Amino acid sequence: MEKSKLLVKDLNLYYGANRALKDVEMEIRDKAVTALIGPSGCGKSTFLKCINRMNDLVENVRIRGQVLLDGENIYDRRVDTTLLRKKVGMVFQQPNPFPMSIYDNVAYGPRLHGVKAKQELDSIVEEALKGAAIFEEVKDRLKKPALGLSGGQQQRLCIARALAVRPEVLLMDEPTSALDPISTSKVEELMEALKKSYTVVVVTHNMQQAARVSDDTAFFLLGAVVEFGPTAALFSRPRDKRTEDYITGRFG
Amino acid sequence: MTGDTLYHKKKRPLEALLLGAVYGAASVSVLLLCGVIGYVFAKGAGTLSWSFLTTVTSALKQTVGIAGNLVNTLYIIVLTLLAATPIGVGAAIYLNEYAKPGRLVRLIEFTTETLSGIPSVLFGLFGMVFFGEVLGLGYSLLSGAFTLTLMVLPLIVRNAQEALRTVPDSYRSGALGMGASRWHMIRTILLPSAIPGILTGIILAVGRIVGESAALLFTAGSARLLPRLGGGLLENVKKLGGKALESGGTLTIELYLQMQNGKYDVAFGAGCVLIVIVLCINLWMKLLAGRWKTR
Repeated sequence: MEKSKLLVKDLNLYYGANRALKDVEMEIRDKAVTALIGPSGCGKSTFLKCINRMNDLVENVRIRGQVLLDGENIYDRRVDTTLLRKKVGMVFQQPNPFPMSIYDNVAYGPRLHGVKAKQELDSIVEEALKGAAIFEEVKDRLKKPALGLSGGQQQRLCIARALAVRPEVLLMDEPTSALDPISTSKVEELMEALKKSYTVVVVTHNMQQAARVSDDTAFFLLGAVVEFGPTAALFSRPRDKRTEDYITGRFG
Repeated sequence: MTGDTLYHKKKRPLEALLLGAVYGAASVSVLLLCGVIGYVFAKGAGTLSWSFLTTVTSALKQTVGIAGNLVNTLYIIVLTLLAATPIGVGAAIYLNEYAKPGRLVRLIEFTTETLSGIPSVLFGLFGMVFFGEVLGLGYSLLSGAFTLTLMVLPLIVRNAQEALRTVPDSYRSGALGMGASRWHMIRTILLPSAIPGILTGIILAVGRIVGESAALLFTAGSARLLPRLGGGLLENVKKLGGKALESGGTLTIELYLQMQNGKYDVAFGAGCVLIVIVLCINLWMKLLAGRWKTR
Protein backbone atom coordinates (compact mmCIF):
# COMPACT_ATOMS: atom_id res chain seq x y z
CA MET A 1 0.00 0.00 0.00
CA GLU A 2 3.01 2.26 0.30
CA LYS A 3 3.98 1.94 -3.34
CA SER A 4 2.90 4.81 -5.55
CA LYS A 5 0.73 4.04 -8.55
CA LEU A 6 0.34 7.46 -10.07
CA LEU A 7 2.73 10.33 -9.91
CA VAL A 8 1.50 13.72 -11.06
CA LYS A 9 4.18 16.28 -11.82
CA ASP A 10 3.65 19.94 -12.45
CA LEU A 11 0.32 19.43 -14.19
CA ASN A 12 -1.31 22.48 -15.78
CA LEU A 13 -4.48 22.50 -17.83
CA TYR A 14 -5.86 25.36 -19.90
CA TYR A 15 -9.34 25.79 -21.35
CA GLY A 16 -8.41 28.28 -24.04
CA ALA A 17 -6.81 31.09 -22.07
CA ASN A 18 -8.28 30.00 -18.76
CA ARG A 19 -5.91 28.07 -16.52
CA ALA A 20 -8.04 25.42 -14.83
CA LEU A 21 -5.31 23.40 -13.10
CA LYS A 22 -2.27 25.03 -11.57
CA ASP A 23 1.00 23.17 -10.97
CA VAL A 24 -0.70 20.11 -9.52
CA GLU A 25 1.66 17.65 -7.83
CA MET A 26 0.35 14.43 -6.33
CA GLU A 27 1.47 10.96 -5.45
CA ILE A 28 -1.39 8.48 -5.51
CA ARG A 29 -0.69 5.29 -3.60
CA ASP A 30 -1.32 1.83 -5.02
CA LYS A 31 -4.31 -0.11 -3.60
CA ALA A 32 -5.57 2.88 -1.66
CA VAL A 33 -8.52 5.24 -1.94
CA THR A 34 -7.62 8.83 -2.69
CA ALA A 35 -10.40 11.40 -2.31
CA LEU A 36 -10.47 14.72 -4.14
CA ILE A 37 -12.52 17.38 -2.37
CA GLY A 38 -13.18 21.05 -2.91
CA PRO A 39 -15.94 23.46 -3.91
CA SER A 40 -17.64 23.28 -7.31
CA GLY A 41 -15.46 24.47 -10.15
CA CYS A 42 -12.22 23.95 -8.24
CA GLY A 43 -10.83 21.59 -10.87
CA LYS A 44 -11.11 18.27 -9.06
CA SER A 45 -13.22 16.62 -11.77
CA THR A 46 -11.00 18.12 -14.45
CA PHE A 47 -8.00 16.66 -12.65
CA LEU A 48 -9.70 13.27 -12.43
CA LYS A 49 -10.33 13.26 -16.17
CA CYS A 50 -6.66 14.02 -16.78
CA ILE A 51 -5.78 10.62 -15.35
CA ASN A 52 -7.35 8.71 -18.23
CA ARG A 53 -7.16 11.50 -20.78
CA MET A 54 -10.90 12.08 -21.04
CA ASN A 55 -10.03 15.74 -21.49
CA ASP A 56 -8.66 14.89 -24.91
CA LEU A 57 -12.27 14.92 -26.08
CA VAL A 58 -12.90 18.48 -24.97
CA GLU A 59 -12.13 21.23 -27.44
CA ASN A 60 -9.50 23.86 -26.78
CA VAL A 61 -7.85 22.01 -23.95
CA ARG A 62 -4.08 22.16 -23.53
CA ILE A 63 -2.27 20.12 -20.93
CA ARG A 64 1.29 20.67 -19.69
CA GLY A 65 3.12 18.48 -17.23
CA GLN A 66 3.26 14.77 -16.58
CA VAL A 67 1.05 12.03 -15.19
CA LEU A 68 3.12 8.91 -14.60
CA LEU A 69 1.30 5.60 -14.39
CA ASP A 70 3.76 3.02 -13.06
CA GLY A 71 6.49 5.33 -14.26
CA GLU A 72 5.13 5.85 -17.78
CA ASN A 73 3.96 9.30 -18.82
CA ILE A 74 0.41 8.92 -20.07
CA TYR A 75 0.77 12.11 -22.11
CA ASP A 76 3.67 10.69 -24.07
CA ARG A 77 2.84 10.76 -27.76
CA ARG A 78 3.42 7.00 -28.01
CA VAL A 79 0.59 6.25 -25.58
CA ASP A 80 -2.44 4.40 -26.92
CA THR A 81 -5.52 5.83 -25.20
CA THR A 82 -7.42 2.57 -25.63
CA LEU A 83 -4.79 0.72 -23.59
CA LEU A 84 -4.60 3.57 -21.09
CA ARG A 85 -8.35 3.56 -20.52
CA LYS A 86 -8.29 -0.20 -20.17
CA LYS A 87 -5.89 0.25 -17.27
CA VAL A 88 -7.61 3.33 -15.89
CA GLY A 89 -11.37 2.86 -15.78
CA MET A 90 -13.96 5.50 -14.99
CA VAL A 91 -17.31 5.69 -13.24
CA PHE A 92 -19.35 8.81 -13.87
CA GLN A 93 -21.53 11.03 -11.73
CA GLN A 94 -24.75 10.04 -13.45
CA PRO A 95 -25.19 6.29 -13.82
CA ASN A 96 -24.89 5.77 -17.57
CA PRO A 97 -25.68 2.19 -18.46
CA PHE A 98 -26.02 1.65 -22.21
CA PRO A 99 -29.46 0.92 -23.62
CA MET A 100 -28.82 -2.81 -23.81
CA SER A 101 -29.09 -5.80 -21.52
CA ILE A 102 -27.32 -6.00 -18.16
CA TYR A 103 -25.09 -8.73 -19.53
CA ASP A 104 -24.19 -6.79 -22.67
CA ASN A 105 -23.36 -3.73 -20.60
CA VAL A 106 -20.79 -5.62 -18.56
CA ALA A 107 -19.53 -7.53 -21.59
CA TYR A 108 -19.08 -4.32 -23.57
CA GLY A 109 -15.54 -3.64 -22.39
CA PRO A 110 -14.21 -7.21 -22.66
CA ARG A 111 -15.72 -7.51 -26.15
CA LEU A 112 -14.17 -4.19 -27.07
CA HIS A 113 -10.79 -5.47 -26.01
CA GLY A 114 -11.16 -8.66 -27.98
CA VAL A 115 -12.75 -11.31 -25.75
CA LYS A 116 -15.09 -13.38 -27.89
CA ALA A 117 -15.48 -16.80 -26.29
CA LYS A 118 -18.90 -17.13 -24.67
CA GLN A 119 -17.66 -19.03 -21.62
CA GLU A 120 -14.90 -16.58 -20.91
CA LEU A 121 -17.33 -13.66 -21.25
CA ASP A 122 -19.79 -15.37 -18.92
CA SER A 123 -17.19 -15.77 -16.22
CA ILE A 124 -15.85 -12.22 -16.63
CA VAL A 125 -19.38 -10.81 -16.39
CA GLU A 126 -20.17 -12.82 -13.28
CA GLU A 127 -16.89 -11.90 -11.64
CA ALA A 128 -17.38 -8.20 -12.41
CA LEU A 129 -20.96 -8.19 -11.14
CA LYS A 130 -19.83 -9.90 -7.95
CA GLY A 131 -16.99 -7.42 -7.63
CA ALA A 132 -19.52 -4.59 -7.78
CA ALA A 133 -21.79 -6.32 -5.23
CA ILE A 134 -24.76 -6.49 -7.54
CA PHE A 135 -24.60 -10.06 -8.82
CA GLU A 136 -27.17 -11.44 -6.38
CA GLU A 137 -29.69 -8.75 -7.36
CA VAL A 138 -29.44 -9.22 -11.12
CA LYS A 139 -28.34 -12.81 -11.69
CA ASP A 140 -31.83 -13.89 -12.75
CA ARG A 141 -32.30 -11.10 -15.25
CA LEU A 142 -29.01 -10.66 -17.01
CA LYS A 143 -30.77 -10.47 -20.35
CA LYS A 144 -33.15 -7.72 -19.22
CA PRO A 145 -32.52 -4.09 -20.19
CA ALA A 146 -30.12 -2.31 -17.86
CA LEU A 147 -32.25 0.82 -17.92
CA GLY A 148 -34.91 -1.03 -15.91
CA LEU A 149 -32.67 -1.08 -12.83
CA SER A 150 -32.93 1.46 -10.02
CA GLY A 151 -30.45 4.34 -9.89
CA GLY A 152 -28.29 2.72 -7.23
CA GLN A 153 -28.26 -0.58 -9.09
CA GLN A 154 -27.42 1.21 -12.32
CA GLN A 155 -24.42 2.84 -10.69
CA ARG A 156 -23.14 -0.46 -9.33
CA LEU A 157 -23.70 -1.94 -12.79
CA CYS A 158 -21.54 0.84 -14.21
CA ILE A 159 -18.88 -0.03 -11.65
CA ALA A 160 -19.15 -3.67 -12.75
CA ARG A 161 -18.84 -2.54 -16.35
CA ALA A 162 -15.67 -0.69 -15.49
CA LEU A 163 -14.29 -3.65 -13.51
CA ALA A 164 -14.95 -6.07 -16.36
CA VAL A 165 -11.96 -4.80 -18.33
CA ARG A 166 -9.80 -5.55 -15.25
CA PRO A 167 -8.41 -2.06 -14.74
CA GLU A 168 -5.68 -1.18 -12.30
CA VAL A 169 -7.01 2.24 -11.42
CA LEU A 170 -10.65 3.18 -10.97
CA LEU A 171 -11.64 6.82 -11.26
CA MET A 172 -14.99 7.78 -9.73
CA ASP A 173 -16.49 11.18 -10.42
CA GLU A 174 -18.96 11.89 -7.60
CA PRO A 175 -20.31 8.35 -7.93
CA THR A 176 -22.95 8.73 -5.24
CA SER A 177 -24.23 12.26 -5.80
CA ALA A 178 -27.22 10.98 -7.79
CA LEU A 179 -28.03 8.17 -5.34
CA ASP A 180 -30.19 7.84 -2.24
CA PRO A 181 -28.51 7.22 1.16
CA ILE A 182 -28.93 3.45 1.12
CA SER A 183 -27.43 3.10 -2.34
CA THR A 184 -24.71 5.53 -1.30
CA SER A 185 -23.68 3.41 1.63
CA LYS A 186 -23.60 0.35 -0.61
CA VAL A 187 -21.27 2.09 -3.04
CA GLU A 188 -19.10 3.32 -0.15
CA GLU A 189 -18.79 -0.22 1.21
CA LEU A 190 -17.87 -1.25 -2.29
CA MET A 191 -15.05 1.29 -2.42
CA GLU A 192 -13.61 -0.21 0.76
CA ALA A 193 -13.64 -3.63 -0.84
CA LEU A 194 -12.31 -2.39 -4.17
CA LYS A 195 -9.13 -0.95 -2.78
CA LYS A 196 -7.90 -4.46 -2.02
CA SER A 197 -7.42 -4.98 -5.74
CA TYR A 198 -7.56 -1.52 -7.28
CA THR A 199 -6.25 1.96 -6.88
CA VAL A 200 -9.30 4.16 -6.44
CA VAL A 201 -9.49 7.90 -6.98
CA VAL A 202 -12.82 9.45 -6.05
CA VAL A 203 -14.16 12.97 -6.44
CA THR A 204 -16.72 13.79 -3.81
CA HIS A 205 -18.69 16.74 -2.53
CA ASN A 206 -19.46 14.90 0.61
CA MET A 207 -16.84 15.53 3.29
CA GLN A 208 -18.05 12.72 5.54
CA GLN A 209 -17.74 10.39 2.60
CA ALA A 210 -14.15 11.44 2.00
CA ALA A 211 -13.38 10.97 5.67
CA ARG A 212 -15.08 7.56 5.75
CA VAL A 213 -13.73 5.90 2.65
CA SER A 214 -10.39 7.44 1.75
CA ASP A 215 -6.81 6.88 2.84
CA ASP A 216 -5.51 10.10 1.34
CA THR A 217 -7.31 13.33 0.59
CA ALA A 218 -6.47 16.23 -1.68
CA PHE A 219 -8.19 19.57 -1.17
CA PHE A 220 -8.51 21.62 -4.35
CA LEU A 221 -9.22 25.32 -4.55
CA LEU A 222 -9.28 27.40 -7.72
CA GLY A 223 -7.41 24.78 -9.70
CA ALA A 224 -4.59 24.27 -7.23
CA VAL A 225 -3.98 21.62 -4.57
CA VAL A 226 -4.08 23.45 -1.26
CA GLU A 227 -3.37 20.46 0.89
CA PHE A 228 -2.72 16.79 0.28
CA GLY A 229 -2.03 14.05 2.77
CA PRO A 230 -3.37 11.16 4.81
CA THR A 231 -7.10 11.63 5.32
CA ALA A 232 -7.03 11.24 9.10
CA ALA A 233 -4.40 13.94 9.47
CA LEU A 234 -5.98 16.30 6.97
CA PHE A 235 -9.35 16.15 8.66
CA SER A 236 -8.11 16.28 12.26
CA ARG A 237 -5.20 18.70 11.93
CA PRO A 238 -5.43 20.65 8.67
CA ARG A 239 -2.26 22.62 8.09
CA ASP A 240 -3.83 25.25 5.90
CA LYS A 241 -6.42 27.73 7.14
CA ARG A 242 -8.43 27.37 3.90
CA THR A 243 -8.62 23.59 4.31
CA GLU A 244 -9.85 24.04 7.84
CA ASP A 245 -12.47 26.56 6.73
CA TYR A 246 -13.69 24.22 4.02
CA ILE A 247 -13.90 21.01 6.03
CA THR A 248 -15.60 22.76 8.92
CA GLY A 249 -18.16 24.14 6.49
CA ARG A 250 -17.26 27.79 6.72
CA PHE A 251 -17.30 28.13 2.94
CA GLY A 252 -17.78 26.07 -0.19
CA MET B 1 -77.24 35.30 -3.82
CA THR B 2 -74.30 37.23 -2.55
CA GLY B 3 -70.82 37.45 -4.03
CA ASP B 4 -69.53 34.91 -1.50
CA THR B 5 -70.62 31.76 -3.20
CA LEU B 6 -68.53 29.74 -5.61
CA TYR B 7 -71.60 28.41 -7.44
CA HIS B 8 -71.50 30.83 -10.28
CA LYS B 9 -70.19 28.73 -13.10
CA LYS B 10 -70.19 31.03 -16.07
CA LYS B 11 -71.01 30.01 -19.57
CA ARG B 12 -68.15 30.97 -21.88
CA PRO B 13 -69.64 30.93 -25.38
CA LEU B 14 -66.40 31.96 -27.11
CA GLU B 15 -64.55 29.07 -25.49
CA ALA B 16 -67.15 26.60 -26.72
CA LEU B 17 -67.10 28.13 -30.18
CA LEU B 18 -63.33 27.86 -30.47
CA LEU B 19 -63.40 24.31 -29.18
CA GLY B 20 -65.95 23.48 -31.85
CA ALA B 21 -63.80 25.16 -34.48
CA VAL B 22 -60.66 23.15 -33.69
CA TYR B 23 -62.65 19.92 -33.49
CA GLY B 24 -64.15 20.85 -36.83
CA ALA B 25 -60.77 21.56 -38.38
CA ALA B 26 -59.42 18.27 -37.11
CA SER B 27 -62.33 16.26 -38.43
CA VAL B 28 -62.31 18.03 -41.79
CA SER B 29 -58.66 17.17 -42.34
CA VAL B 30 -59.19 13.54 -41.40
CA LEU B 31 -62.36 13.33 -43.46
CA LEU B 32 -60.69 14.87 -46.50
CA LEU B 33 -57.90 12.33 -46.34
CA CYS B 34 -60.29 9.43 -45.87
CA GLY B 35 -62.48 10.89 -48.60
CA VAL B 36 -59.67 11.04 -51.12
CA ILE B 37 -58.49 7.52 -50.31
CA GLY B 38 -62.04 6.23 -50.38
CA TYR B 39 -62.75 7.93 -53.70
CA VAL B 40 -59.59 6.52 -55.26
CA PHE B 41 -60.52 3.05 -54.08
CA ALA B 42 -64.13 3.39 -55.22
CA LYS B 43 -63.00 4.45 -58.67
CA GLY B 44 -60.07 2.07 -58.94
CA ALA B 45 -61.41 -1.06 -57.29
CA GLY B 46 -63.21 -2.12 -60.47
CA THR B 47 -59.94 -2.19 -62.37
CA LEU B 48 -58.11 -4.18 -59.73
CA SER B 49 -57.79 -7.80 -60.62
CA TRP B 50 -55.21 -10.50 -60.58
CA SER B 51 -54.32 -9.92 -64.23
CA PHE B 52 -54.09 -6.15 -63.65
CA LEU B 53 -51.41 -6.82 -61.06
CA THR B 54 -49.55 -9.54 -62.92
CA THR B 55 -49.53 -8.52 -66.59
CA VAL B 56 -48.08 -5.70 -68.60
CA THR B 57 -50.17 -3.38 -70.72
CA SER B 58 -49.83 -4.57 -74.29
CA ALA B 59 -51.83 -3.68 -77.39
CA LEU B 60 -50.66 -6.88 -79.02
CA LYS B 61 -51.79 -9.23 -76.28
CA GLN B 62 -54.70 -6.95 -75.44
CA THR B 63 -53.84 -6.85 -71.75
CA VAL B 64 -53.96 -3.98 -69.30
CA GLY B 65 -51.67 -4.35 -66.31
CA ILE B 66 -49.14 -2.68 -64.10
CA ALA B 67 -46.80 -5.55 -63.22
CA GLY B 68 -43.87 -3.85 -64.94
CA ASN B 69 -44.49 -0.59 -63.12
CA LEU B 70 -44.75 -2.39 -59.81
CA VAL B 71 -41.37 -3.98 -60.37
CA ASN B 72 -39.91 -0.66 -61.50
CA THR B 73 -41.23 1.05 -58.38
CA LEU B 74 -39.55 -1.54 -56.19
CA TYR B 75 -36.34 -1.15 -58.17
CA ILE B 76 -36.36 2.63 -57.73
CA ILE B 77 -37.14 2.38 -54.00
CA VAL B 78 -34.42 -0.16 -53.33
CA LEU B 79 -31.76 1.45 -55.52
CA THR B 80 -32.43 4.92 -54.15
CA LEU B 81 -32.33 3.77 -50.54
CA LEU B 82 -29.19 1.73 -51.18
CA ALA B 83 -27.48 4.89 -52.34
CA ALA B 84 -29.12 7.46 -50.07
CA THR B 85 -29.10 5.67 -46.71
CA PRO B 86 -25.35 5.10 -46.35
CA ILE B 87 -24.52 8.55 -47.71
CA GLY B 88 -27.17 10.26 -45.60
CA VAL B 89 -26.40 8.45 -42.37
CA GLY B 90 -22.68 8.84 -43.00
CA ALA B 91 -23.11 12.58 -43.51
CA ALA B 92 -25.18 12.83 -40.33
CA ILE B 93 -22.51 10.96 -38.36
CA TYR B 94 -19.84 13.26 -39.72
CA LEU B 95 -21.83 16.39 -38.95
CA ASN B 96 -22.81 15.30 -35.46
CA GLU B 97 -19.84 13.34 -34.21
CA TYR B 98 -16.72 14.40 -36.05
CA ALA B 99 -17.08 17.89 -37.48
CA LYS B 100 -16.17 20.77 -35.25
CA PRO B 101 -19.17 23.05 -35.02
CA GLY B 102 -18.42 25.99 -37.25
CA ARG B 103 -18.77 27.46 -40.66
CA LEU B 104 -18.33 24.24 -42.62
CA VAL B 105 -21.05 22.44 -40.67
CA ARG B 106 -23.41 25.36 -41.02
CA LEU B 107 -22.68 25.49 -44.76
CA ILE B 108 -23.39 21.78 -45.20
CA GLU B 109 -26.57 22.03 -43.16
CA PHE B 110 -27.66 25.07 -45.15
CA THR B 111 -27.07 23.33 -48.47
CA THR B 112 -28.99 20.22 -47.42
CA GLU B 113 -31.87 22.43 -46.27
CA THR B 114 -31.81 24.24 -49.60
CA LEU B 115 -31.63 20.96 -51.48
CA SER B 116 -34.93 19.93 -49.91
CA GLY B 117 -36.66 23.10 -51.10
CA ILE B 118 -35.79 22.75 -54.77
CA PRO B 119 -38.70 21.70 -57.04
CA SER B 120 -38.34 18.14 -58.21
CA VAL B 121 -38.56 18.94 -61.91
CA LEU B 122 -35.23 20.71 -61.55
CA PHE B 123 -33.72 17.53 -60.16
CA GLY B 124 -35.18 15.78 -63.20
CA LEU B 125 -33.46 18.23 -65.51
CA PHE B 126 -30.15 17.88 -63.70
CA GLY B 127 -30.43 14.09 -63.58
CA MET B 128 -31.26 13.82 -67.25
CA VAL B 129 -28.25 15.90 -68.24
CA PHE B 130 -25.74 14.73 -65.64
CA PHE B 131 -26.56 11.08 -64.99
CA GLY B 132 -28.21 10.47 -68.36
CA GLU B 133 -25.86 12.26 -70.72
CA VAL B 134 -22.61 13.04 -68.94
CA LEU B 135 -22.37 9.69 -67.14
CA GLY B 136 -24.04 7.95 -70.05
CA LEU B 137 -26.75 6.18 -68.05
CA GLY B 138 -29.43 7.34 -70.48
CA TYR B 139 -33.02 6.68 -69.52
CA SER B 140 -32.52 4.05 -66.86
CA LEU B 141 -33.77 3.03 -63.45
CA LEU B 142 -30.28 3.71 -62.12
CA SER B 143 -30.26 7.24 -63.48
CA GLY B 144 -33.67 7.80 -61.88
CA ALA B 145 -32.52 6.34 -58.57
CA PHE B 146 -29.45 8.57 -58.49
CA THR B 147 -31.62 11.60 -59.20
CA LEU B 148 -33.98 10.68 -56.37
CA THR B 149 -31.01 10.06 -54.10
CA LEU B 150 -30.21 13.76 -54.34
CA MET B 151 -33.80 14.57 -53.51
CA VAL B 152 -34.24 12.36 -50.45
CA LEU B 153 -30.75 12.90 -49.03
CA PRO B 154 -31.81 15.93 -46.93
CA LEU B 155 -34.64 13.93 -45.35
CA ILE B 156 -32.33 11.12 -44.33
CA VAL B 157 -29.53 13.40 -43.16
CA ARG B 158 -31.83 15.56 -41.07
CA ASN B 159 -33.66 12.71 -39.40
CA ALA B 160 -30.47 10.77 -38.70
CA GLN B 161 -28.89 13.90 -37.26
CA GLU B 162 -31.92 14.53 -35.07
CA ALA B 163 -31.76 10.93 -33.86
CA LEU B 164 -28.04 11.14 -33.08
CA ARG B 165 -28.58 14.39 -31.21
CA THR B 166 -31.03 12.77 -28.81
CA VAL B 167 -28.53 10.09 -27.75
CA PRO B 168 -27.30 11.25 -24.32
CA ASP B 169 -23.68 12.36 -24.11
CA SER B 170 -23.21 10.10 -21.11
CA TYR B 171 -23.38 7.10 -23.47
CA ARG B 172 -20.57 8.59 -25.49
CA SER B 173 -18.29 9.28 -22.54
CA GLY B 174 -19.17 5.90 -21.04
CA ALA B 175 -17.99 4.05 -24.12
CA LEU B 176 -14.98 6.26 -24.79
CA GLY B 177 -14.00 6.08 -21.11
CA MET B 178 -13.62 2.34 -21.47
CA GLY B 179 -11.21 2.76 -24.32
CA ALA B 180 -13.61 2.44 -27.24
CA SER B 181 -12.50 4.22 -30.38
CA ARG B 182 -14.88 6.79 -31.74
CA TRP B 183 -16.00 4.56 -34.58
CA HIS B 184 -16.51 1.59 -32.25
CA MET B 185 -18.64 3.79 -29.99
CA ILE B 186 -20.69 5.00 -32.96
CA ARG B 187 -21.21 1.47 -34.26
CA THR B 188 -22.09 -0.20 -30.97
CA ILE B 189 -23.88 2.56 -29.03
CA LEU B 190 -24.98 5.47 -31.19
CA LEU B 191 -26.31 3.78 -34.31
CA PRO B 192 -28.42 1.20 -32.44
CA SER B 193 -29.98 3.98 -30.37
CA ALA B 194 -30.55 6.11 -33.46
CA ILE B 195 -32.14 3.40 -35.61
CA PRO B 196 -35.78 4.44 -34.97
CA GLY B 197 -34.99 8.00 -36.09
CA ILE B 198 -33.09 6.79 -39.12
CA LEU B 199 -36.07 4.61 -40.06
CA THR B 200 -38.34 7.65 -39.81
CA GLY B 201 -36.15 9.36 -42.39
CA ILE B 202 -36.36 6.30 -44.60
CA ILE B 203 -40.16 6.21 -44.34
CA LEU B 204 -40.38 9.83 -45.43
CA ALA B 205 -37.92 9.11 -48.22
CA VAL B 206 -40.01 6.18 -49.47
CA GLY B 207 -43.02 8.46 -49.51
CA ARG B 208 -41.21 10.93 -51.72
CA ILE B 209 -39.78 8.23 -53.98
CA VAL B 210 -43.13 6.58 -54.53
CA GLY B 211 -44.88 9.86 -55.14
CA GLU B 212 -42.33 11.35 -57.50
CA SER B 213 -43.10 11.87 -61.16
CA ALA B 214 -41.39 14.95 -62.56
CA ALA B 215 -37.88 13.95 -61.54
CA LEU B 216 -38.32 10.45 -62.95
CA LEU B 217 -40.04 11.07 -66.25
CA PHE B 218 -36.86 12.27 -67.93
CA THR B 219 -34.39 10.11 -66.05
CA ALA B 220 -35.92 6.68 -65.56
CA GLY B 221 -38.37 7.00 -68.40
CA SER B 222 -41.70 5.22 -68.72
CA ALA B 223 -41.07 1.69 -70.00
CA ARG B 224 -43.45 -1.00 -68.72
CA LEU B 225 -41.48 -4.13 -69.45
CA LEU B 226 -40.90 -6.86 -66.92
CA PRO B 227 -37.39 -8.19 -66.53
CA ARG B 228 -36.99 -11.10 -68.94
CA LEU B 229 -36.02 -14.06 -66.86
CA GLY B 230 -34.87 -17.51 -67.81
CA GLY B 231 -31.77 -19.64 -67.76
CA GLY B 232 -29.66 -20.47 -64.74
CA LEU B 233 -29.52 -18.68 -61.42
CA LEU B 234 -26.45 -16.68 -62.33
CA GLU B 235 -28.00 -15.59 -65.60
CA ASN B 236 -31.16 -14.49 -63.82
CA VAL B 237 -29.16 -12.46 -61.32
CA LYS B 238 -27.36 -10.82 -64.23
CA LYS B 239 -30.63 -10.05 -65.95
CA LEU B 240 -32.14 -8.60 -62.78
CA GLY B 241 -29.06 -6.43 -62.32
CA GLY B 242 -29.07 -5.42 -65.97
CA LYS B 243 -32.65 -4.25 -65.57
CA ALA B 244 -31.31 -1.31 -63.52
CA LEU B 245 -29.67 0.01 -66.68
CA GLU B 246 -32.92 -0.14 -68.64
CA SER B 247 -35.65 2.43 -68.76
CA GLY B 248 -38.64 1.88 -66.49
CA GLY B 249 -41.62 3.89 -65.32
CA THR B 250 -42.84 3.70 -61.73
CA LEU B 251 -46.50 3.40 -60.78
CA THR B 252 -46.75 7.14 -60.40
CA ILE B 253 -45.38 7.69 -63.90
CA GLU B 254 -47.83 5.15 -65.27
CA LEU B 255 -50.66 6.85 -63.41
CA TYR B 256 -49.64 10.17 -64.92
CA LEU B 257 -49.41 8.78 -68.46
CA GLN B 258 -52.73 6.93 -68.23
CA MET B 259 -54.36 10.06 -66.91
CA GLN B 260 -52.99 12.02 -69.85
CA ASN B 261 -54.50 9.47 -72.19
CA GLY B 262 -57.86 9.79 -70.47
CA LYS B 263 -57.73 6.21 -69.13
CA TYR B 264 -58.96 7.19 -65.70
CA ASP B 265 -59.93 3.71 -64.55
CA VAL B 266 -56.41 2.41 -65.08
CA ALA B 267 -55.01 5.53 -63.40
CA PHE B 268 -57.21 5.04 -60.35
CA GLY B 269 -56.29 1.36 -60.25
CA ALA B 270 -52.62 2.26 -60.16
CA GLY B 271 -53.47 4.83 -57.48
CA CYS B 272 -55.03 2.15 -55.26
CA VAL B 273 -51.91 0.00 -55.55
CA LEU B 274 -49.72 3.01 -54.75
CA ILE B 275 -51.65 3.76 -51.58
CA VAL B 276 -51.45 0.15 -50.46
CA ILE B 277 -47.69 0.06 -51.11
CA VAL B 278 -47.04 3.22 -49.10
CA LEU B 279 -49.22 1.92 -46.29
CA CYS B 280 -47.42 -1.41 -46.19
CA ILE B 281 -43.96 0.14 -46.19
CA ASN B 282 -44.92 2.56 -43.41
CA LEU B 283 -46.38 -0.20 -41.26
CA TRP B 284 -43.35 -2.39 -41.85
CA MET B 285 -40.94 0.38 -40.87
CA LYS B 286 -43.00 1.24 -37.79
CA LEU B 287 -42.83 -2.40 -36.79
CA LEU B 288 -39.07 -2.45 -37.31
CA ALA B 289 -38.60 0.73 -35.30
CA GLY B 290 -40.82 -0.60 -32.52
CA ARG B 291 -38.96 -3.86 -32.34
CA TRP B 292 -35.68 -1.96 -32.11
CA LYS B 293 -36.94 0.16 -29.27
CA THR B 294 -38.04 -2.75 -27.12
CA ARG B 295 -34.69 -4.53 -27.47
